Amino acid sequence: MASDTPAMAVVHGRSPIFYRRFDRKDDDQHQTHYCPGCGHGIVTKLLAEAIDTLGIQDRTILVSPVGCSVFGYEYLDVGNIQVAHGRGPAVATAVKRSRPDSIVVSYQGDGDLAAIGTAEIVHAANRGETVSVIFVNNAIYGMTGGQMAPTTLLGEKTTTTPRGRDPAVHGYPLKVCELLATLEAPVFLERVALGSNKQIMATGRALRRALENQVHGLGFSLVEVLSPCPTIWGLDPAEAQTFVRETMTRTFPLGNFRDRSASAVPQRLAVTVPDLGELPRILGLGPASGVDGASDTVAPASPVPTADHRIVVAGFGGQGVLLLGEFLAEAGLSAGYHVSWLPSYGPQMRSGTSNCHVRISAVPIDSPVVSRPNVLIALNEPALRKFLPSMEPGGLVLYNADSVPVDCAGSGAGITPIASTAIADRLGSAKVGNVVMLGALLEATGMLPDSALERALHRLVTRERWYELDRAALQAGRAAVRRMTAAPAEPSLAQDPAMG
Amino acid sequence: MEPQLIKGNEAVVKAALLAGCRAYYGYPITPASEIVEMAALYLPEVGGVFVQAESEVAAINMLYGGASAGVRAMTASSGPGISLMQEGFSYLAGAELPCVIVDMMRGGPGLGGIGPEQGDYFQIVKGGGHGCYRNLVLAPASVQELVDLTMLAFELADRYRNPVVVLADGSVGQMMEPVSFPEPRPVPAAPAWAVTGTAATRQNLVSSIHLEPDVLEGHIRALEAKYREAERSEPRWETWRVEDADIVLVGYGIVGRVLRAVVETARRRGIRAGLLRPITLYPFPTRAIRALADSVRDFVVVEMSTGQLVEDVRLAVEGSRPVETYGRVGGNIPTVEEVLQFVERTILVGARVPLEVSPNGQ
Ligand SMILES: Cc1ncc(C[n+]2csc(CCOP(=O)(O)OP(=O)(O)O)c2C)c(N)n1
Ligand code: SF4
Repeated sequence: MASDTPAMAVVHGRSPIFYRRFDRKDDDQHQTHYCPGCGHGIVTKLLAEAIDTLGIQDRTILVSPVGCSVFGYEYLDVGNIQVAHGRGPAVATAVKRSRPDSIVVSYQGDGDLAAIGTAEIVHAANRGETVSVIFVNNAIYGMTGGQMAPTTLLGEKTTTTPRGRDPAVHGYPLKVCELLATLEAPVFLERVALGSNKQIMATGRALRRALENQVHGLGFSLVEVLSPCPTIWGLDPAEAQTFVRETMTRTFPLGNFRDRSASAVPQRLAVTVPDLGELPRILGLGPASGVDGASDTVAPASPVPTADHRIVVAGFGGQGVLLLGEFLAEAGLSAGYHVSWLPSYGPQMRSGTSNCHVRISAVPIDSPVVSRPNVLIALNEPALRKFLPSMEPGGLVLYNADSVPVDCAGSGAGITPIASTAIADRLGSAKVGNVVMLGALLEATGMLPDSALERALHRLVTRERWYELDRAALQAGRAAVRRMTAAPAEPSLAQDPAMG
Repeated sequence: MEPQLIKGNEAVVKAALLAGCRAYYGYPITPASEIVEMAALYLPEVGGVFVQAESEVAAINMLYGGASAGVRAMTASSGPGISLMQEGFSYLAGAELPCVIVDMMRGGPGLGGIGPEQGDYFQIVKGGGHGCYRNLVLAPASVQELVDLTMLAFELADRYRNPVVVLADGSVGQMMEPVSFPEPRPVPAAPAWAVTGTAATRQNLVSSIHLEPDVLEGHIRALEAKYREAERSEPRWETWRVEDADIVLVGYGIVGRVLRAVVETARRRGIRAGLLRPITLYPFPTRAIRALADSVRDFVVVEMSTGQLVEDVRLAVEGSRPVETYGRVGGNIPTVEEVLQFVERTILVGARVPLEVSPNGQ
């Protein structure tokens, strides 16, 4: 555009980006739906000009908002997406991220961008999305007939501020450029106006800059355009333009609020797309390897055909309740059983109690919920008391203590006290108390072969130090049960000097 | 691939990627948070897009953007987040955008709790957003099924150009079971209608606005025709021992598995029970249930809500049989014993009597 060209003449000319005829319109296909003197008409044409000048028509995707400019797609011969009220920046984010070669323009009004869509614009700007936002500020809700916008000037009467905008009641006009200028990421923020031919030409230049930045991959650009809405303002087009120039600009000073176009570096990240065949490896779907790189060789599975272990593991959060369950499930799987592991989850994991249900079964598992356990591993007394009543008669209970509370002893289930925490402590870390219990369970029931446990440890324990400790804990748990059966009257395993 | 023990919430992301999903947008919430975490880990590894959105409102609108650009994309959340997303569901269906949303249900209303529940049935199956639209809804009962149905969800989404919801109670996401993952599927090319920023797609428009009443009615009728087609072709369900059943238990997700155990135990006690587990909640297996009503004396619907699924069962049965309902809520999963007790207490007397069908059912 030559600088001596009268601006209005330029915007009255038709850019090739503009459809010749508005086929997507239901009625008069030669006229836009905008009112005479509406700023949206001018901005749309300036946008078309900028797209044309930069030669980016095929790449451009216009995201149209809800508001008077909802029908942007009727006019601009580019890719078009019409979106929900205020959500343009979120939509634009996703489009641009997946189609980085496209030039994505989010066109929004002040209700759309500065009220209902405040979160979306702030966060798109803060993430530094490489998109261009055109923010048409007409200080009013045009489409819905003239309600207050967040940008409505103080004192201004609207249908929802019939006595004028009072800052004590309605707050102050929201200054979007100033707000976004507090963020680090934006590359270009500029407020322009449609108050005169000169201002209109400056608007054209700003729009071009916003798009150009995106062509260069520079990050987030926003142009705020102070724009007349003669219809709602109740002014004729010339008066409305004067109002923009002389009144609006007092609340919303024109100017640049951020320009890092020269220093910003292109945002485009190098994306490597792996071969499809690589996916299983990337997702860890192949055979797993543990600490010593041993892979899961499948054991000749000889599951006991009647096996139906319904296990509840319970204790405090932090006692390794869930991991103990996971060891069991993992070992059950490698021994050829059907398994399931269902945790309690949520805040109780952080403080109070934690439990999980494990099923190990020769036949497919109907319900992963264990409501009638035949094995209970209670790592503390509340857990014992909570789950004991649900035990199947004749079931096995392993209880983390020296002795069984007297009132629980006659419960019908055989309760075996194993001071797993104390034993683990002496091994070097109370944290492996859960694995001591695991050893005890295997010794007491023989429910899973050693080889299956080995594989479970390989798979789940990734650090050498813990791996060795866990193996020791497993053996200590087994030994505790062996001593127990050898000397059933022995009240306390924890006192056994051999355990030191 | 060889079965591996894996948590539902981790498996769902891997399944999505194997199905060609290459964009994820999400906001953390228990009990779905591992999904957003796994997505953050894996999407960049496969050349995909991951965005932690500022809210579920933004997440679902990012999904709108990704789908508009012709990318297989998804999000996941739980009750409170799913409520926020309802605007987006409506726009996605209106604009006919294929996408997948996973809802790991927790207890409500309000902030409710984080334990498993099935209280989102109404908002997902009946539609919590505005306008005449439906979500296609898949309800997995195991981690393997979560994987299989998530992969199917992407196919159905493309086939019907509609959002597909994988609706599971939180326990399915939290539990670990062995899963055999299928081989990865090629990432499909962007569909012809997508807006991708190329010369070939320049004339494309994604939109849900039709201000002319007749035009909008035509659009809604076209959506309706799609849903009718889905109702003909897509209902999925599982039955278990219904052939000679006097009582058929109906439940989905984790409850469906509890009910299978109920059937076995009931049969040992001489009650001829069977199970129908809906796998698609929309389209609902209406005809399968209606057909059972010819031979079954009573239906017992068990769900982790105070009675949502039961409405669809009643509609299917059309009053021809009694439909009893038993529910647990707040994070409690019904146990085999309590369901059995309910069955015995309320129905046993009738069920032991030889079946007699009278025109009005009793
Ligand atoms: C969720 C939602 N709330 C409300 C509306 C109604 N609505 C449509 S446009 C609009 C205001 C638009 O004002 P603005 O963004 O300033 O654009 P203008 O029409 O002034 O160009 C409103 C409230 C809607 N479409 N969606
Ligand atoms: S109401 Fe205002 S913003 Fe809307 S088209 Fe008319 S002049 Fe433009």
